[in-house]
Amino acid sequence: MEKLSFRHTTSRALPGAKAQAITGVVASGNLEVLLERTLPPTECTVEIETPIRGYGEVWEAVVADFVARAEPGGLRITINDGGARPDTVSLRLLQGARLMEV
Amino acid sequence: MNERIIDLAARGEGRGWATSWYEASARARIDGLLDAGSFREVIGPEQRRMSPHLPLFDLPRAFDDGMIVGSGRLDGSAVLVAAQEGRFMGGAFGEIHGAKLVGLLRAALKLKPAAVLILFDTGGVRLQEANAGETAIAEVMRAIMRVRAAGVPVIGLIGGRAGAYGGGGLIAGTCSRLVVSEGGRISVSGPEVIETNKGAEEFDSRDRALVWRTMGGKHRRLTGGADAYADDTIEAFRQAALDQIGRAPAFDLATLEAEQRRLEERLVRFGDCRDATEIWGQLGVNDPESVPALTTADFETLLVSLGETTHDAR
Repeated sequence: MEKLSFRHTTSRALPGAKAQAITGVVASGNLEVLLERTLPPTECTVEIETPIRGYGEVWEAVVADFVARAEPGGLRITINDGGARPDTVSLRLLQGARLMEV
Repeated sequence: MNERIIDLAARGEGRGWATSWYEASARARIDGLLDAGSFREVIGPEQRRMSPHLPLFDLPRAFDDGMIVGSGRLDGSAVLVAAQEGRFMGGAFGEIHGAKLVGLLRAALKLKPAAVLILFDTGGVRLQEANAGETAIAEVMRAIMRVRAAGVPVIGLIGGRAGAYGGGGLIAGTCSRLVVSEGGRISVSGPEVIETNKGAEEFDSRDRALVWRTMGGKHRRLTGGADAYADDTIEAFRQAALDQIGRAPAFDLATLEAEQRRLEERLVRFGDCRDATEIWGQLGVNDPESVPALTTADFETLLVSLGETTHDAR
């Protein structure tokens, strides 16, 4: 199991007041994303556990792209990966941010 | 926590759209089954009570270990509910997964809800933590007995892609009532297990039509293995669950003796049949070959015409 951790600074807090959300399932080619509004408003962390080793740079790029698009300030995001492709990861992250915006 | 797309829920369209039970996640099933917004999860994913065993095998864990438990309301009545996520490790019972269900059932003894709903979606015991899983199966069956003896119906809902196999099939057998859909399957040994042990002549697991007419929802309903047949929608399962709570049999000696008698009779009557279609023929179905293709409405009409599928034994 490879553990990755990324920390980003955003220019704003993610809108909405929802405290937590979960989306996706740990299945082959899929992943689950747990989002918790527990950090200071312009911080975001993404922690990942994945059985597929050696893709740290891809994860880093996908997470950076997501942070730039969603500006998920205040969120602690934790991922259990089941071997999802980058596009699926990107989709789930955006889904998760949308769920938190209510 | 639910994972329904918020935009639809906000417009009040959460109920009413024909969401497939089979395709839905465990969380989406609970969300659509219970009264809107009434679900309160216990030991939610944020508590990160994950399997202590899977890391030994370098396998990914799930925050809820594939079992979601909590309380909610069904048409206003308080219920406890447990749902298995069949896509995570085939919905299999591990230590945490099983303990959450046992805990929910024990809580039912104190809380006395109108019912406990178990949304099965499981291949059985998780092989990586088999001892804990097997123990959990036994503990769940014992707990269901206690809950039923205390007068609380336990309703099993089966329509997920993993069905209710292995220990999950055993647990299903101890429920007060079972609702099954066409896609739902109930058995103990799965098709591949039977073929591996007895050969393809005995059971060809690649013959999907054979698998479904032997273990699928229609066959289980026809032979009394399930008490209600539902369309593959969350709304249909909700209606069927509501209906079955009111029909749960007493959990007493008379019920169990009647069940034993009926099982013995079933063995005498159908023991020599080589295929489910033979059983359906003996039950009085005029055209057994047509059963798998029947719509729900036509299948219900058939059940009424047979008139012998309303009993408390499975």
